[in-house]
Amino acid sequence: MTTFEAAKLVAARELRVKLRDKAFLIGTGIFLVIVLASIMLPSLLNGGPDKVAVVDSASVSVLQEHGLEVQVVPDAATAEQLVRDGEVDAAVLPGPEVVAKDDRPGDVVRALSTEPPVRLLETSEVDPVLKVMVPLAFAMLFFFTSFTFGMQIAQSVTEEKQTRIVEILVSSVPVRALLAGKVVALTLLAFAQVALLAVVAIVGMSVTDAAPGLLSAVLPAIGWFLPFFVVGFVMLASLWAGVGALASRQEELASTTTPVQMLVLIPFFAVLSVPHDGVAMRVLSFVPFSSPLAMPIRLFDGGVPIWEPVVALALLVITALGMLAVGARVYSASLLKTQVKTSFLAALRRS
Amino acid sequence: MNTVLTVDAVDRSFGDRQVLKDVSFTVSTGRLTGFVGANGAGKTTTMRIILGVLAADSGTVTWRGEPLDQEIRHRFGYMPEERGLYPKMTVLEQVVYLGRLHGLGAAEARRRTMALLERLELAERADDHVQKLSLGNQQRAQIAAALVHDPELLVLDEPFSGLDPLAVDNVVSVLRERAAGGAAVLFSSHQLDVVERLCDDLVIIADGAIRAAGDRATLRDQYTLPRYAIEVGTDAGWLRDQDGVTLIDLDGRHAVFDLDPGADDQRVLHAALDRGPVHAFGPVRPSLAEIFREVIQ
Repeated sequence: MTTFEAAKLVAARELRVKLRDKAFLIGTGIFLVIVLASIMLPSLLNGGPDKVAVVDSASVSVLQEHGLEVQVVPDAATAEQLVRDGEVDAAVLPGPEVVAKDDRPGDVVRALSTEPPVRLLETSEVDPVLKVMVPLAFAMLFFFTSFTFGMQIAQSVTEEKQTRIVEILVSSVPVRALLAGKVVALTLLAFAQVALLAVVAIVGMSVTDAAPGLLSAVLPAIGWFLPFFVVGFVMLASLWAGVGALASRQEELASTTTPVQMLVLIPFFAVLSVPHDGVAMRVLSFVPFSSPLAMPIRLFDGGVPIWEPVVALALLVITALGMLAVGARVYSASLLKTQVKTSFLAALRRS
Repeated sequence: MNTVLTVDAVDRSFGDRQVLKDVSFTVSTGRLTGFVGANGAGKTTTMRIILGVLAADSGTVTWRGEPLDQEIRHRFGYMPEERGLYPKMTVLEQVVYLGRLHGLGAAEARRRTMALLERLELAERADDHVQKLSLGNQQRAQIAAALVHDPELLVLDEPFSGLDPLAVDNVVSVLRERAAGGAAVLFSSHQLDVVERLCDDLVIIADGAIRAAGDRATLRDQYTLPRYAIEVGTDAGWLRDQDGVTLIDLDGRHAVFDLDPGADDQRVLHAALDRGPVHAFGPVRPSLAEIFREVIQ
């Protein structure tokens, strides 16, 4: 049997066990519900068009053109009463004067006023709120996925050590097949979960029409996000496996995984805390540990020359290969030390 | 004898502590080789080196004359001293999985697992999670995991610890079948009575060095003292005054004695018959425990 076949068997077992794990399935379900809710709830809560009471029937057609529901009433007193009762959101009295309860009815005012023509020098079809939210969603997605799935890699490695089955495994197949199988399986699962979320998000957006124009703006950024995501995840995956092997019991995982947790946390907060268009962000989008977070954000904002993501991705791939070597070394050096917790550096020094 | 596995001059240290010193012995097909020694004598380390889980500092392990590699080790079955299987997989699933890691196809692995669990009287627990099994049954599942791919060499570290006497008999008969089918079996145990009953060959290790190795009967002859037991009709106290006899134990009509080199056992027997009936007379064969104690001193 080749290492490849052995790795395939290991990966298949990991997948089978995870897909039957109730905690994992429920977690994924909850994640999906949250995504779907955050897309669909705003438009559901809006509850249809605003209602307006009108005394002068001359303005009816203008208001209707702006998508408002119009009710014609005989006099100003009736109109005011309807506003007070909450029957309508606003009333247009002769004058014209707009009456509302406690909230300035912007859409009614806009419908009645003549806006000067606006010419934008840099056009963007995307809502400014979404311009902030979408990159944040990218960063969160990478952060949560690499964190939760990375932790699961570490746990699965420690489980094999703790239950001692690792000795049978090591005597049956090469250590690199065990490591490769785990990394591949969890990368596939992470990728499948992200893809599932993406499909749900896209379907949700198109069903509710919550953000017109968003899809076409997001798609190119997603196109770059995927390779960054996969390479970035694999880069960390073998490190997670390595620090998982340092622990001899699940209880020790919290401390042995700390260095890798930092490698995920620090870039995440760094990317969130610097302005999108500054030099710091540009630097972060090249640094391998933060580029999977920062580069998609810059790409979504636009105006990034094509060589930049290419170079950043190349740097990421090179670093990932290096980290795979480090992770594999730590993993194989500490895999059979079932009695004691091993330190990262000690494992690295040992050949 | 058909020697297949040769351990030759293996040394291994952990830090400053040398745990194996020039360890050499052989294992043959069709035979059960017992590997005995006190705790910490180096049994587990030796087995781990055979399986490639640990590396030797120097010395070689060969299989039919060839140095061991992953491919050859694929035909080995191993039951480590520290037991363990996946707690959240069923017995059937993990034995099948380990069979497949040794190169069996899915259907073949399943068929063999079921047959093996049947043989080990574990078939009705096949779909239970390992963590729900009793320790004895976990042990049988572990043995199944070591046997599923029909290995040519079985290396079992303390395969009988934790088994009740009936389960020991069951496992012993399974191992005998495997040996009869041409497998070589190396097993360690501290239960010397089981080893005595089971093994064809014996390897005794103490403080990391092999003290004795070879065919069990030959070893026994080698360590048999010129010692005799006798049971007579009346008190056996007269033996005290016989030339060349050193009385070891006297209990009324029973006695155990050593003969000086060159002394004639038949002369002692005649002397006994002159004094009355003799119900039993014969050489005392040392038990494995006695040989063991003798050898490791």
